[in-house]
Amino acid sequence: MKIRLNIGAISEPLQSEQFKTGDWGTEWSFVDREKCTACRVCEQFCPDGCIEVKEIEGKEVAVVDHNYCKGCGVCASVCRYGAIKMELKELFKVDVC
Amino acid sequence: MRKVVRGFYSVAYAVKLCKPNIICAYPITPQTEIVENLALMYANGELENCKYITAESEFAAASILVGASAAGARTFTATCSQGLILMSEVLFNAAGMRLPIVIVNTNRALSAPLSIWNDLQDSMALRDAGIIQVYVENNQEAHDMVPQAYKIAEDKRVRLPFMICMDGYKLTHAYEPVDLLDQNVVDSFLPPYSPEVYLTTKKPVAFGCYAPPHIYMEFRVAMQRAMERAKEIMEKVFADWAEVSGRNWGGHLEVVYPDSKNFVIAMGSIVGLLRKVVEELRNEGISVGLVKLRTFRPFPVQELRKSLENAEKIIVIDRSVSFGYEGNLSIELKSALYGMSPEVISFILGLGGRDVPKDFLKELVKNAILGKEKSGFKGFKEFEEVIP
Repeated sequence: MKIRLNIGAISEPLQSEQFKTGDWGTEWSFVDREKCTACRVCEQFCPDGCIEVKEIEGKEVAVVDHNYCKGCGVCASVCRYGAIKMELKELFKVDVC
Repeated sequence: MRKVVRGFYSVAYAVKLCKPNIICAYPITPQTEIVENLALMYANGELENCKYITAESEFAAASILVGASAAGARTFTATCSQGLILMSEVLFNAAGMRLPIVIVNTNRALSAPLSIWNDLQDSMALRDAGIIQVYVENNQEAHDMVPQAYKIAEDKRVRLPFMICMDGYKLTHAYEPVDLLDQNVVDSFLPPYSPEVYLTTKKPVAFGCYAPPHIYMEFRVAMQRAMERAKEIMEKVFADWAEVSGRNWGGHLEVVYPDSKNFVIAMGSIVGLLRKVVEELRNEGISVGLVKLRTFRPFPVQELRKSLENAEKIIVIDRSVSFGYEGNLSIELKSALYGMSPEVISFILGLGGRDVPKDFLKELVKNAILGKEKSGFKGFKEFEEVIP
């Protein structure tokens, strides 16, 4: 079956949701819910817009969508409460000789 | 309306008649007077539904036109040399986004050393951009190409940027009689630009989006197919133009004395000089014809093979070089004639505005036909390389 090709790579809104970029990086970010104050700085700075402040178990915290997190580390570096850290993905935890 | 005008005015006037919506440019010699004339027409209120934008660089000018063209505007810019290669990052994008921007490139040498004079090195550098390239011989042809460029570029089956290449100074600053078109003629030939999809808040879209390996290649195949379709559509538009304007510039090629044994092939204003050279050599009893190559991209392979099928010797006049190989037109021609067996002699001359007098050119062509001249750079002073 022939695919449909939008000439000029013209794309309609929200098409990028189909591109799951979560497997790109070697690391991704994790939020420490105890330390997180829901200040929303990481939400503003995330270049992929994949951090959202949500209410979880009665507390507002930043949540990273690992379907899209590319592991750039911007969130971890802007967090004023040391609540975000970058962790190496299991896949990359290998011994290199 | 037949008038004696300079090349840049013949272009500016034709652009005005095509009713562009956005003109955006940055000055660079010898192009500046094209957009200066358009700016004057704009200031005088002669350009309706048009905005003239002054940019801070050629990169910005091209970028503004990408946005404008994507928003559905008919767009124009003129540039050359360093300006063209500064635009190049954007122009490759414009081609990929399939935007029918029309550019007049007033061919000028590239730096370094700095030269404001003419050769074809600048547009050759954009050979692989996905931009249609047509080279013109005189200012009437430059004038006539503008409406044709819009018609071809904006054709739904093509949708590619179009670059009209005219020799800097030799054409831009030359006074020539030009039959300036009537608005009615252009209006009857060129419909307004109305793309189906364009940037609008009513139906948001993005152009030239990210394409991962599973889909990128298809877009490039589509560009190649558009170029191949353009080849046919251009023939049709050229023929229509001949009917509308009464001036027939030929197809992708013009062949003079097609039954000759030897041929000279060239692009641009030097073709005018070669016409005279060929006449004089024929008067001396030498069988020589002339191929004027008008369309460089898409490259008219079949047309060249057919026109040169009985040629014994072909002399290529190049005014640019691919360093480490040879003259650009020579490379293209040899590739197009693969499997055929004419002798091809390639001369690279006239770089950076080096004068090419008629008698010099005539001797070169004559000696090449007589087997007394080898390929290479011609018309330079021998030198010893020193580090000062």
